[in-house]
Amino acid sequence: MLDQSSPVRPKSGGADAERVIKLAVLAVGGQGGGVLADWITDVAERNGHVAQSTSVAGVAQRTGATIYYIEMARDTGRLPVFALSPSQGDVDILISAELMEAGRAIIRGFVTPERTTLITSSHRIAAVSEKIEPGDGRASSAKVHATAQAASKRFIAFDMEKIAADNGTMISASLLGALAGSDALPFTRESYEQAISAGGRGARASLAAFGAAYDRARGAAVPTPVPAEPAIVESALGAGRVTGPQNLLQGWQAQAARIDLMPVAVRDMALRGLRKVVDYQDIAYGREYLDRLDKAVAQDGAEHAHALSIAAAKHLANAMCYDDMIRVADLKTRSTRDRRVRKEVGVKDGSILQVTEYFHPRIEEFCGTLPAGLGNYIENRPRLASFLDRRINRGRRIRTDSFAGFAALWFIGGLRRWRRRLLRHRVEMVHLERWYALALGHAPQDYALAVEILNCRRLIKGYSDTHLRAQSKFDRVLSALPMLNGRQDAADWIRRLREAALKDEKGDMLDGALKTVATLNDSNAV
Amino acid sequence: MAERSFAREVEKLRLGAGEEFAGEGILAITKALLQCGVGYVGGYQGAPISHLMDVLADAQDILGELGVHFEASASEATATAMLAASVHYPIRGAATFKSTVGTNVASDALANLASGGVTGGALIIVGEDYGEGSSIMQERSHAFAMKSQVWLLDPRPNLPSIVKAVEDGFELSEISNTPVMLQVRIRCCHVHGHFIAKDNKRPPMTVADALSAPRRDTGRIVLPPASFLHEKEKVAKRWPAAVDFIRKNKINEFFGSDHGSVGIVMQGGMYNSVIRALQRLGLADTYGETDVPLYVLNAVYPLVDDEFLSFCEGKQAVLVVEEGQPNYIEQAFAAMLHKAGRGTRLVGKEYLPMAGEYTGQVMLDGIGAFLRAEAPHLLPGEVRAPNKVGDGIDTADLINVVPGRPPGFCIGCPERPIFAATKLVEQELGKHHIASDIGCHLFSIMPPFELGATTMGYGLGPASASAFNSPDAKRRSISFVGDGGFWHNGLTSSIGNAVFNKNDGVIVIVDNFYSAATGGQDILSSRASNRTKSTKHPITEAVKGMGVKWLRHIDRTYDVGKMQDTLREALTTEEKGPKVIVASSECMLNRQRREKPLVDKAIKGGERVVKPKFGVDEDICTGDHACMRLSGCPSLSVKSLDDPLRDDPVASIDQNCVGCGNCGEVADAAVLCPSFYRADVVHNPGRWDRFLENARRAVIGLLQRRRESRRLTFADA
Repeated sequence: MLDQSSPVRPKSGGADAERVIKLAVLAVGGQGGGVLADWITDVAERNGHVAQSTSVAGVAQRTGATIYYIEMARDTGRLPVFALSPSQGDVDILISAELMEAGRAIIRGFVTPERTTLITSSHRIAAVSEKIEPGDGRASSAKVHATAQAASKRFIAFDMEKIAADNGTMISASLLGALAGSDALPFTRESYEQAISAGGRGARASLAAFGAAYDRARGAAVPTPVPAEPAIVESALGAGRVTGPQNLLQGWQAQAARIDLMPVAVRDMALRGLRKVVDYQDIAYGREYLDRLDKAVAQDGAEHAHALSIAAAKHLANAMCYDDMIRVADLKTRSTRDRRVRKEVGVKDGSILQVTEYFHPRIEEFCGTLPAGLGNYIENRPRLASFLDRRINRGRRIRTDSFAGFAALWFIGGLRRWRRRLLRHRVEMVHLERWYALALGHAPQDYALAVEILNCRRLIKGYSDTHLRAQSKFDRVLSALPMLNGRQDAADWIRRLREAALKDEKGDMLDGALKTVATLNDSNAV
Repeated sequence: MAERSFAREVEKLRLGAGEEFAGEGILAITKALLQCGVGYVGGYQGAPISHLMDVLADAQDILGELGVHFEASASEATATAMLAASVHYPIRGAATFKSTVGTNVASDALANLASGGVTGGALIIVGEDYGEGSSIMQERSHAFAMKSQVWLLDPRPNLPSIVKAVEDGFELSEISNTPVMLQVRIRCCHVHGHFIAKDNKRPPMTVADALSAPRRDTGRIVLPPASFLHEKEKVAKRWPAAVDFIRKNKINEFFGSDHGSVGIVMQGGMYNSVIRALQRLGLADTYGETDVPLYVLNAVYPLVDDEFLSFCEGKQAVLVVEEGQPNYIEQAFAAMLHKAGRGTRLVGKEYLPMAGEYTGQVMLDGIGAFLRAEAPHLLPGEVRAPNKVGDGIDTADLINVVPGRPPGFCIGCPERPIFAATKLVEQELGKHHIASDIGCHLFSIMPPFELGATTMGYGLGPASASAFNSPDAKRRSISFVGDGGFWHNGLTSSIGNAVFNKNDGVIVIVDNFYSAATGGQDILSSRASNRTKSTKHPITEAVKGMGVKWLRHIDRTYDVGKMQDTLREALTTEEKGPKVIVASSECMLNRQRREKPLVDKAIKGGERVVKPKFGVDEDICTGDHACMRLSGCPSLSVKSLDDPLRDDPVASIDQNCVGCGNCGEVADAAVLCPSFYRADVVHNPGRWDRFLENARRAVIGLLQRRRESRRLTFADA
């Protein structure tokens, strides 16, 4: 025992002591972080280290963020005093099984530029809060990548989930591979592989994923993904593969040729739009689309980089391709769809695929698919409508791999030919024309506002009640136009309103924003 | 059958003298019990001690050989009451449960046990679920030890120490005729480490021996006049005996310099974190060698006055490291110093936070501040005057980016559709007062469901709604209780109470065939056969037996439509009295664990197997995410399309989908959209399957070609 007066020797990491290596694993419950922790502990012990791993099991971790912690030191015969949980600024290696968990680790101070090797899978598992937004509620991965680069001593990030899936195993295997490949621990590749093999069950798949991740980690650091620039389309003629009967192909070429007369900046979106509407209905519909689009192009110019035309090209196509029963039936009976499902589900030769569709038609969809006159007739007679609704309105499971089921949808899909005469089409076109005229009407005085009005089309989506809510949000956003009349920032406000509308289901944030808009002018008066 | 199999761990229980045990702390405790010749063990599962129960459940053979009786008790009260076997008989018994929730339930039995005292060693192992990752209210087990005057051990968090604590605990209990609580914190329970094993001991007296030679002693029964004597005996006889034992056997440990101007006193469980802080301050090495005098309380109740006072001898200041509040230990020590008229200054919560877990950073800050103030001469220069503090990385804006990730329902959880249905019913009938219970179903309080106003304890969901029973009420209350909580005490406290008091509310019993949240242990209503337990007792029968008249049983919770209709009926029926809905479907976590290997084997073996999976037609999905606001399933997520025409990400179902059916049922019941499809893959189809398939594909192919030959087809459309 030392006397207090004796000089203090720096002990931690000093010559008299083995250095303790501190490793934390942040994962999402169910990712197999426990397996990874056991492997790492095993590897350490195989390499003449004493290791201690801890975790917090239990219901509080189900599908939630959870943490495993391992400390190790060379075995000198004496038992080191290990801590049971990671401390801020005191972690050598941090492994994260999902990108946002890496962000969480940085926030919690477990990653330090002087010492921490940060190994993370770059894939995302969206949290519930990100999924339930009607718009795009997903967190910015780029932000985490950027901070992680700066916050860590070494940053290794790539999609380890994909490597695991490709090899038919869990991410724990590819995470271990990345750890081994990083050389952050003084252990040989063989010792890692021995630990996996000792596990027995599914060892081969795990070793494959381990190897792939090992090599990947040894390669150069992975660049953060950059969003692809829109393609520059020189000529719409012959762009993309189009097949079909000769006469239709000629018709197509005629329309495609019109796109070549448009400014280059507009062509890509216009071509995509044209393909979509022609695929949705027919070439004549494509002509209607381009006729409408021409109006925007005519008002547009290079000084605004053709923003109006591009927005029109995009949203006109979406508006014209409204989702009705015909559309759904058509898409579900295509051979391309059959192939896609087989690919997604992974149907092997020799096994059979059975597909059940979930439909729940209501009187509204029924009337929409009737000739406008008849549809109106029924809708104007509530008692008749509810009588019919009682017979129509229920869940219908349709087997599209069976004769009857497929035939039924194939027939409905065939109604496409008469779509223009149907009630839904009339309703949609009236709505479209009103919106489009409103937008182009504003273009001369306030170009930006016109673009924002076009963009509001993004709000309209979903089926049945969801679609109704979407319509009402759309109307509520545009209801602000009179209040914004003549304001410099009108376009900004419409954009803000639209973004608010995409935040929650009922549009509570939108209503809040609308109240603010209502106060704008009097606050200016003050 | 539990979520995890402990077949491998069970073998570790057979290790003999000199062999090295490697494994989890909680399993080390299990092994220690057998080494101590325990005669019977009971307990109730729950993190962090579930594994102790699970491993013993899987170790029936070994227990049989040793003549040890093991019981998966109905509740913590049952487990503690079981220790009555040690009142008259010299049999060592152990009870174990999660604390403080379990201790709350146990306290009635605990108080009675403590009053009469014990002859055989009675050990209560409490798994302390405090701090990060905890799923319960943050309280201290310490208070229970004090109020019932049972002794509390809090050993250093390493395997040799906790194994020794089990041995000491039994001896202490026998010498002082007092039950002993052994407290192990959650990380210590799950710590992986080593210790040198001893041979298992057959109990000198088994419960069988006791039954053949019954004993009684009125003086041990809690009834006047004995009960008054018990109180005197506690302070006059048992307490001093305990203090002597702790002192003589050096249960508490001293480390570091034996004289210095300052010292640190700590709960044993805090030792490693204190050492880590000292290591980071440059005052301790990897092995815990330090110059700072340390007094480690492996026994935190009772405290040993003279031991503490001699530690304070010649010290200006002593820091008490005591996690949780109130700071009972610090108060007791302060009183000792004051009464002994000592000048040593006692500090604790001045430097360390009054509430919350003592994490590494908290310790570093607290102990660092203490030493800077009281003994700066001990500190190396770079610590006394650090050049730079903090990592310097600005995470402020990252905090707004990273989404919270609270726990939630697993993939394919059968409870998800129950709450989807509840949410849909509320959209029709308006909001209701909803009382929640303890268990996985409590996740309903979080997005996307956000259902449930309170949780008052295990099996107390409906009880916590009992006040909401008024003749002039326009709406009924809805309360949930799981099958675990139902059998724990819900049957009487919730159902019985509702019947007796003519409660008019709706009670939903979530029956997933296991005590699922605690790790899938079997309970009375489990559907599986259990070699050592009696299962398959239907909840519906028990509820009827309690006198419930309005009872509905839904045997497939995924039938959202039916669930919705039943709830609506329960909320609107004219019938008086409790409306009970039993919603049954197997916990998907356990079901997958049970079925997956069988299915894979069957497919390999060439049997006809139909495997379901759900999918989304991305060109039909409009990206409104309405389905996710009624699901929150981890395998139903969002994905971006490579299509500039589309702004918002669409729904997408990943490979982990187990085809539970919720997506399709919800899309139907809520009239969402036709994007979902169920794809059933028929593996090893029969002759008839193949014939039909070929015929169908021929016709369908014909129709498809016919239509596609008359329209333009775009490569990427």
